Amino acid sequence: MAGLRLTRSRSLLSPSPLGMAISYLILGAWTFVALFPIYWLIVTSFKLPIQVFDGPDYLPGIDYQPSPHAWRYIFFDLRNDTLRPFVNTVVVASTSSVVALILGAAAAYALVRFEYRPRLGTILLFIGSLALVVLAVAAGVPQAVALLAGLAVFLLLLQAIGRRFRRSLSNNDIAFWMISQRILPPVAVVLPVYVMFQRLGLLDTRLALVITYVAVNLPIVVWLMRDYFQTVPVELEESAAVDGASRYRIFSSIVLPLAVPGLVATFLFVLVLAWNEYLLALFLSSADAQTLPLTVAAQNATRGPQWWYMSVLILIMITPVILVAILLERYIARGLLIGAIKG
Amino acid sequence: MKEAVRPEGPARAEPGRGEARVWTHRLTSLAGRSDALAPIVFVWPALLVLLFLSIFPLIVSLYLSLSRLQFVKGGFEIKFVGLANFRKLLVGSQKTHFLGAFAGPSPFGWVIFGLVVLAVLVLLWRYLRREGISLAGLIGRVAGAALVLAGAWLAVRTLTGGGRPGTLVVTLFYVFAGLTIQYALGLGLAWLAAQRIPGRRFFRIVFLLPMMITPVGVAYTFRMLTDTMQGPFAPIWRALGLAAFSWVNDPWGARAAVLVSDIWQWTPFMFIVLLAALESQSREHVEAAMVDGANGWQVFWHITLPGVLPVSTTLILIRMIEAFKIVDLPNVLTNGGPGTATESLTLHAFTIWRALDVGGSAAVAYLLLLVVTVIAVAYVHFVRQRLSAAFG
Repeated sequence: MAGLRLTRSRSLLSPSPLGMAISYLILGAWTFVALFPIYWLIVTSFKLPIQVFDGPDYLPGIDYQPSPHAWRYIFFDLRNDTLRPFVNTVVVASTSSVVALILGAAAAYALVRFEYRPRLGTILLFIGSLALVVLAVAAGVPQAVALLAGLAVFLLLLQAIGRRFRRSLSNNDIAFWMISQRILPPVAVVLPVYVMFQRLGLLDTRLALVITYVAVNLPIVVWLMRDYFQTVPVELEESAAVDGASRYRIFSSIVLPLAVPGLVATFLFVLVLAWNEYLLALFLSSADAQTLPLTVAAQNATRGPQWWYMSVLILIMITPVILVAILLERYIARGLLIGAIKG
Repeated sequence: MKEAVRPEGPARAEPGRGEARVWTHRLTSLAGRSDALAPIVFVWPALLVLLFLSIFPLIVSLYLSLSRLQFVKGGFEIKFVGLANFRKLLVGSQKTHFLGAFAGPSPFGWVIFGLVVLAVLVLLWRYLRREGISLAGLIGRVAGAALVLAGAWLAVRTLTGGGRPGTLVVTLFYVFAGLTIQYALGLGLAWLAAQRIPGRRFFRIVFLLPMMITPVGVAYTFRMLTDTMQGPFAPIWRALGLAAFSWVNDPWGARAAVLVSDIWQWTPFMFIVLLAALESQSREHVEAAMVDGANGWQVFWHITLPGVLPVSTTLILIRMIEAFKIVDLPNVLTNGGPGTATESLTLHAFTIWRALDVGGSAAVAYLLLLVVTVIAVAYVHFVRQRLSAAFG
């Protein structure tokens, strides 16, 4: 039945020859725009410094004699100084993206299907207590004492006044609060975050970067996944519930598989964000946990930007992400199946 | 069953309230006890992570924005200075840097400002004529109108008649010009790539590539590309007689270079999310419309576009928040120059930070937070309202 439907729609939806020609023209033009800068990186990576400053030469082997000097430098001279950041980037970006995707998808589903009514009074009280703790620590009170006192104030006042403020917030307010956590630029939060990890003794570790990136990318996962979950028909979940499936089972075996295109697109996006993050990594890592964006930026030495080394490093950086994208692309295409199931 | 096929606009923009609640009750009565805990289990891990890693830095940097870092013997101390950092930006020594150099609006500037005033008044009037106005809604709208007018006045006075825009206006320019172009390009390309044409897998992968390069790398790449002497487009510049022209020396040329790099890098984000949304769409409505004789454009306007609008509102919000934080591109590409012509708010905060004025930097960041929050709240309310009005 589903197969029949698909073949029929294919014949109906395939574009006319003229439409196809125009489509290819536009897609081809954008392919050139997207690829040319990357092609230029490849060309530059095989040039000697003197050739880079010589002006535009486009074709290796014809316009100029390609030289692998930059590749040799990055792979053999630097060896471990390239390998270590590479491994760090792989570990940090993939771990943090997977964790953010799991936590974020669960929260997004909850915000779509359950109703929350957090009390405004409780929230204000919580923020107030936290501000008190920060002020106390700034004034020189020991941290443990300040934290305990803050907790006590929060709980006591919660009993006393917290319940009087009946006004409550909705799911949309929670979601908006989450995304608003991304508004402040990293340069403003980097100092407190640095101090925090210094106190925890986690500076220059991959764990610190993973924790930071999970927190930074969670809001994006929640927001993107909320939209995808809203397109999953309630009726499917309902009939599963009638059949006796638990909430967790409905989520893992009905909702998640149906949202795979969204999950993949979201994963790819947060992976790229974590993979390429620069400023927070600059402060939280110095040697052991250094990631590749720092290595790229480090090629802007006192003698000016070392274009050839930079090009090699950027090319090394994008290769794994391209492979992941190629692997995951077919799952995005699976979104077509949703139409078939619903019909 | 027919209603189930296509979730309607408002139900998706605003999680179907009544429906979901009824269903929740049914479910809790059916399934066991552990299900009653599900709302807590699902949302709290994410909330805890955010509470611990976001609230604390937020409060600390608010405190920093109200203080000055001073170096004393053997370390530093943080001195509370009240609103001095903010005063410096809005009326003091940093005013031309942040807000720009003012000039009387040119006649053209007056015309633009007049049009904005007219539009705001018409919208307010239409709201007042409507039934069911609330006090909160009225206050929100009046405040919003005042902010729009203030923004327009700032833009007109710094952009026309010999004024010079500060980092605030430059950032707004990057965000709104960039968003519009990126969304239009991303939607068009996603629509084309969602067709059943041979080779679409190739286009999909290739179009994603720019997004995968680290922003610092993109900035350096575009510094190579925009070089009019040694870059790959040098012959074109030479043919146009612009070989000696440098982007870096012309304010709008430099801003255009930053904008183009930003568009190149972030159109793929719009593309991939819109593509996933298009692919998740039910094909039946399209089929039915085609059978009824609708052409491609009609299908696009009446079925495809409304279908991707809910995802689009999210997409634009996320991209807007990210775009306001643009820093690597102007920093590497133009170093913020000529003068401060291409400096964004975040780069402004960063340069102050490098000069070890941590408090001043936090103040810039908090003003950015204020501007973005106001715009984001207005956007969420305005767009949600429009969506339910259009499809409800």
